[in-house]
Amino acid sequence: MKVRVKFRKFGVMKFIGHLDVMRYFQKAIRRAEIPIKFTGGYSPHMVMSFANPLGVGLTSDGEYFDIELTESISSKDAVERLNNVMVEGMEVLSVVEIPDDKKNKGMSLVAGASYLSTPKSGVLPCGWAEKLIEFYGQSEIIVIKSTKKSEKEVDIRPMIHELRPEGESIYMMVSAGSVENLKPELVTEAFCRWLGVEPASFSHHRLETYAASAEGFLPLEALGLEIN
Amino acid sequence: MRKLALSDEILLRIEKPARYIGNEVNSVNKDADKVDVRFCMCFPDVYEIGMSHLGLQILYDMFNRREDVWCERVFSPWTDMDKEMRSEGIPLFALESQDPVRDFDFLGITLQFEMCYTNILQILDLSGIPLSAHERTEKDPFVIGGGPCAYNPEPLADFFDLFYIGEGETVYDQLFDAYKSWKASGGSRESFLEMAAEIEGIYVPSFYDVNYKEDGTIASFLPNNPHAKEKIRRQVASDMGETTYPLKPIVPFIKATQDRAVLEIQRGCIRGCRFCQAGMVYRPARPRDIEMLKETARAMLKNTGHEEITLSSLSSSDYNELKEIVSFLIEEFKGQGVNISLPSLRIDAFSLDVMSKVQDVRKSSLTFAPEAGSQRMRDVINKGLTESEIIDGAGQAFEGGWTKVKLYFMLGLPTETREDMEGIAVLSDKVARRYYEIPKEQRNGKCQITASSSFFVPKPFSPLQWATMFSAEEYVAKANIVQEAMRNQLNRKSLRYNWHTAELTVLEGTFARGDRRMGAVLLEAYRLGCIFDSWDEYFRYDLWMQAFENTGTDAAFYNLRPRTRDEIFPWDFIDCGVTRDFLWREWENAMQGKVTPNCREKCSGCGAMTYKGGVCYEG
Repeated sequence: MKVRVKFRKFGVMKFIGHLDVMRYFQKAIRRAEIPIKFTGGYSPHMVMSFANPLGVGLTSDGEYFDIELTESISSKDAVERLNNVMVEGMEVLSVVEIPDDKKNKGMSLVAGASYLSTPKSGVLPCGWAEKLIEFYGQSEIIVIKSTKKSEKEVDIRPMIHELRPEGESIYMMVSAGSVENLKPELVTEAFCRWLGVEPASFSHHRLETYAASAEGFLPLEALGLEIN
Repeated sequence: MRKLALSDEILLRIEKPARYIGNEVNSVNKDADKVDVRFCMCFPDVYEIGMSHLGLQILYDMFNRREDVWCERVFSPWTDMDKEMRSEGIPLFALESQDPVRDFDFLGITLQFEMCYTNILQILDLSGIPLSAHERTEKDPFVIGGGPCAYNPEPLADFFDLFYIGEGETVYDQLFDAYKSWKASGGSRESFLEMAAEIEGIYVPSFYDVNYKEDGTIASFLPNNPHAKEKIRRQVASDMGETTYPLKPIVPFIKATQDRAVLEIQRGCIRGCRFCQAGMVYRPARPRDIEMLKETARAMLKNTGHEEITLSSLSSSDYNELKEIVSFLIEEFKGQGVNISLPSLRIDAFSLDVMSKVQDVRKSSLTFAPEAGSQRMRDVINKGLTESEIIDGAGQAFEGGWTKVKLYFMLGLPTETREDMEGIAVLSDKVARRYYEIPKEQRNGKCQITASSSFFVPKPFSPLQWATMFSAEEYVAKANIVQEAMRNQLNRKSLRYNWHTAELTVLEGTFARGDRRMGAVLLEAYRLGCIFDSWDEYFRYDLWMQAFENTGTDAAFYNLRPRTRDEIFPWDFIDCGVTRDFLWREWENAMQGKVTPNCREKCSGCGAMTYKGGVCYEG
């Protein structure tokens, strides 16, 4: 049986990188005595697949991984057992059953993510909120994407699906996953440049991770069912 | 929400921020206002090394069981963080509360190896605690050292207020109680040290005066305070059943060097290898109860979620119930996807059988520690492992499918001849020959025999404490002899040889048997920029030599000078249980190549029986 676990990462846990979060959950699942499936061989490991890796320094309300169980366990029980063994800064939000087919595999499903990006107070000029709407209204937004090998110009506008001010912060819905992936800092940097100010320091918070569906973006957990 | 001592900007700038944030599973948080004693436990190396140390987890757990004590941790900030802290003026802080170390009651530093001594000065420096103990005031914590290097604490005497000599389980409670009553009485710093000096096993270096002879050796070593004892008795947990064991060890977020549950099955060793300090200073050998171990293994795995468990002891093959505990671990946990990692065991039918169950024979290698290349040399060091045992063990392993063997040796042992050194190559070749005796169609390609050698450093309280060392050039020449001999062997293509750096050995030697005057060298080396000396990329031999020169200290005095039977050693004030007469007897036996039986075969009257426990009272 395949299940999807949704969790929240906040506070000091933002300093723990993706690989260490994986290690953390492998140990947490053992502490919680969740009946998880292992591979065979001399050094068996858990069948576990993480959705969209979160960069160091970011917090999130919408992180996911899929695991395979050897026996059924209710959603409520699983959430409770996992939360009993969490540290401050990690909270399990839901555990749902997902269909057991290839196309449901964690990462390949991811199509979008929403973020709330909050600037350090005072770094954005007055009236930035109206400017943001104007910025989003452009037909293309060219940024320089630098990799280890080269630098190239990329139009990120098609990867932004929603962009608006929300209080003191910026809300955005952007492409994520293995096909195309847009980091929120690239958007805020481009916005600052366009405003003509130094790229400011933002704290980025991921709100949710989505899969694409006929009805548009759906939170990953919506593809599963509560286990009773 | 947890507060942090460092800003987000710094934490995102430096390597591995997880080293500095605390918050790990099973770390202990308490209300600072509701405890009487705040103890900061320090392992003076980087987080991943320090968090792999069992002793730290044992004491952390033991201290925190007391409601009136809050024990926290601190490790050496890596060089990138060191820079940040100095440039931003951030004082060193403990991981749990993130409070400055200098506000604690105690800073406890574990002394695991000599080459971390400059890191100790870094810890004090970054904490804003005066480096010299005599400059500290009522505002500063008491700095206490313990661990294996405390068996000769003298090179560190200037920097510590106290040392705890021996196993931590015995008198820390007494020390904390004394501290509480001293704090309530509002006495001077010195008055607490006087109270502490009355406790067995506690050594207050400032209460002793050392006088030197004209030749540089010690003339007298005497207490200058009526509360200080002439001899400090090594502390031993005589009954292991009365000790506590951490059932909830801390689980780091980042991968520590030892990322697994550790089960200490036995303390001490029956063997009596003459180069080995641990083999003497942890006497008598004391096994833990098997039922306690089974319960502990279950609890630790449940509470940590570790995917691997290993056994810890000085010589696991000598644990009487080894078969039972290993079979238990395999039967109980293998099905739950837990790896069983075995320590190096004596190679025999049993160990090969269990190893083939828990690891992939094709990938894993077998380890032997003959320590010396020739039988003569092995008799000198009392290493009871014969050539036929090695060849037979390797033979059985090869027939079981193994193809890789690791052999560990030491160079620079007393009485060593060219033949002994070349013996390393000869023995390695014999192991390879044994492999090629297997018919070609039954074996699995080539074998790979890797011989490694380190240079021997005489340690206090080992029978070889009287031995003379060599210069760095002489060590390199010795390694070259082995290297050359390796090239002349029949199976040279199956042999590999590597050796440890000679410079570090020289330095380790000066501190291992150094006296108080080495403190000046240490301070000068730190001032010149030495840090993380055990890390190749940071070790600066040139700066160390500069430090010896600047302080007018001669390294040769500590390493190259022969020592007489009655010389007063800097560590003689410690009563280790094992007597100096026994050690001298063993030194003479070494010189004559005479073997001494192990503790189970025959008691040699070493003196450890006075601790009334363990192997001395078996049967």
